[in-house]
Amino acid sequence: MSKYDELIVELAPRKFQRYGKIWTTGLIIVVILGIIAYIDQIIKGQEVTNMRDYVLWGVYISNFVFFVAISFVGSLGAAILRLTKKAWRTPLVRIAEIIAFAAIIMAGITIILDMGRPDRLLNLFIHGRLQSPITWDVIIITTYIAISLLILFIPLLPDLAILSKYFEGKTWLSKWYGFFSLKWTGSKKQWEIQSKSIQIVAVLIIPVALILQTVDAWLFSTTYRIGWDSTNFGPYFIAGAFVVGTGGLISVMYVLRKAYHLENHITNMHFDKMGRLLVFACLVYLYFNINEYLLPAFTAPKAETEHLDELFTGLYAPLFWFVTIGGLILPILILIFPKGRKPLPLFIIALLVVVTSWWKRYLIVVPSLLHPFMPMQGVPESWHSYFPSLHEWAIVSGTLAMALLIITILVRYLPIIPIYRTAKEQGILETDKEGQL
Amino acid sequence: MKKEKGLSKQDSGRRKFLKMGIFASGAAVTAVGLNVFADDKTTGKKVKVMTTDGKTVEVDSGSLEKESCCNSHAVSNEEAREGMPGKKFVMVVDLSRCRNALKCQDSCNKNHFITGHNAWLKVYNMRESADTAPYWMPMMCQHCDEPACVTVCPVDATFKRRDGIVLIDNERCIGCRFCMAACPYSTRIFNWSEPDQKAAMEAADHSPKYSPEHAGSPSIKGTVDKCDFCPHMTRQGKLPHCVSACPNDVFLYGDAYEDTVTNGSGQSYRLSKLLEDKAGYRYLDRLGTHPSVYYLPPAERSDDFVDGLENYTEFESVRKPE
Ligand code: SF4
Repeated sequence: MSKYDELIVELAPRKFQRYGKIWTTGLIIVVILGIIAYIDQIIKGQEVTNMRDYVLWGVYISNFVFFVAISFVGSLGAAILRLTKKAWRTPLVRIAEIIAFAAIIMAGITIILDMGRPDRLLNLFIHGRLQSPITWDVIIITTYIAISLLILFIPLLPDLAILSKYFEGKTWLSKWYGFFSLKWTGSKKQWEIQSKSIQIVAVLIIPVALILQTVDAWLFSTTYRIGWDSTNFGPYFIAGAFVVGTGGLISVMYVLRKAYHLENHITNMHFDKMGRLLVFACLVYLYFNINEYLLPAFTAPKAETEHLDELFTGLYAPLFWFVTIGGLILPILILIFPKGRKPLPLFIIALLVVVTSWWKRYLIVVPSLLHPFMPMQGVPESWHSYFPSLHEWAIVSGTLAMALLIITILVRYLPIIPIYRTAKEQGILETDKEGQL
Repeated sequence: MKKEKGLSKQDSGRRKFLKMGIFASGAAVTAVGLNVFADDKTTGKKVKVMTTDGKTVEVDSGSLEKESCCNSHAVSNEEAREGMPGKKFVMVVDLSRCRNALKCQDSCNKNHFITGHNAWLKVYNMRESADTAPYWMPMMCQHCDEPACVTVCPVDATFKRRDGIVLIDNERCIGCRFCMAACPYSTRIFNWSEPDQKAAMEAADHSPKYSPEHAGSPSIKGTVDKCDFCPHMTRQGKLPHCVSACPNDVFLYGDAYEDTVTNGSGQSYRLSKLLEDKAGYRYLDRLGTHPSVYYLPPAERSDDFVDGLENYTEFESVRKPE
């Protein structure tokens, strides 16, 4: 077997072993539980959540913001990794794009879960009004879904053609790969079109991703609410997305490397580089956090001080400090040392970053709603506080599991490490005389 | 038609009002506070009414009839979106008179069939800081001229009309609750579950028919409700429920173009003069919302604040039937 064939065997999608099967089944179960909870919510109304007239948005919205944030990793892949043309990025780009695609799809679905009347979804298009930030969100999310699908799909074409050949014995798999490879033969013309398309999409995804994060921030900062009414929110959200995106990519990278024994491709060098990126992201984010929380502490009017006190020393203080220390300070302190950027410690830190980022979104959404301009009066006592109900947890877990399931399915059927590029970079590519595969 | 008959019967009375200069434009709907179309109920009892030019005149109290409601006047959706021409509805709330009697809230709850846990009109126990006196503050939708809720609504379900009223089309609302997040006055209420209004409607002998002009009749699950400024009453020349129910004449309602507001007892005042004399202000106007509701400060109060505490329930605004 030639080196090229060996590489294909190594990188071609494989059937799941025992752990893969258990993992997938587990995810499917969680998704089903989420769907059941959602159906119940449709029947009974959002009464089954713990949201009420004061805390009118809860964990659905914070989860939505989380998904949007983590989808930023797709543009990260494109911008930092693809456009810089650094060879080391080859094994990481596709993973980043798979995560981004799964996350943005789930962001779109999650926002629907929060709607009181999902049956009227089409009203957004029939009666859509341009001055509402929600309309901007609808436009930008659909655009981002399309772009992240393209940036995942177009570079896949040569690999799909390779796989179609590779699976020739198994007719249906081979046929599907062949179908999606869009009759890719590797002719010069096709290469030209492909690389041009990739260039366009890779350039396009950057502004779209920046707008996406910004619009998401504006959902909050276009209101008068204390804690949301901030001009700092756009860049603050972008920086936060940079952090969680990098964290998400590192986590998935690590798991895939373990599961598929990709140590030859995803090396310690990759972890080291991604670790540096994460420190950088955290430092930028720290800067915006200081702007967002520390500066107002000096000049804030009374109501704002109350809001900050609740975060610094009050009800939400444990969560706030967990998120700030665990998600920002600790990663910086550990990752500035080369030892901290070894795969395992980096993986643990990255997981911590992802978890704290999720709670961070919760802290952005919920406490502000508990500080309206009018005092909270005339409503049942339970409306004065918020913690997600069982239904909300089930539904949110369902969406998170669904995102992981999408990633899992894509990983199962797509070559995680681009075969063609890797072969080319290693100089073992085998083509016929016309340069065709 | 019955209505026309009523008109002719009342015609002479109406012309008399017009001559008195209470109604500047003469359109039927201008009869704010003075129900000239009520069934002929001349009581013989005279009440004093102030005209726009400040004169006090005596009219028959029968023409000030103001209770009860109806939905015979339900207008089309287009009309409900358009609003009444040549009008700019405003409300004045005199904080110095409020002693938390809550009759306004009861009447509002009853006539809008509010059966949830959060009323559209709430009387807040307010105290700005430790060294200012507490006071009672009725708060309902402020019908802002720069409504934050309308700006953020993605589907134009909540809208601003030419007559200044902000309403919700509950048959279009997608329940995103962005308007609730945007409203600085916390006056928007969400129907978290199927509203259970059957008993309330049966008791009032009310056949539910949806119109944005008569919010709550019925309420719709998964959509937002709020104070509608009672255009269903205004169209009949009646005052909003809270205004007529208040025993202390806290509320005044009227038309800014006519510069007139009328209280529950039927006394009319010049809006501009009232606001000037009593230092009227709009709540949180610094945000740029420009409410249609003005407050007169709680100065020279007629009652002790503590008397209102008797009715005060921190955790309830919609009384549940026993
Ligand atoms: S909840 Fe309804 S009225 Fe409010 S912004 Fe959303 S669609 Fe508009």
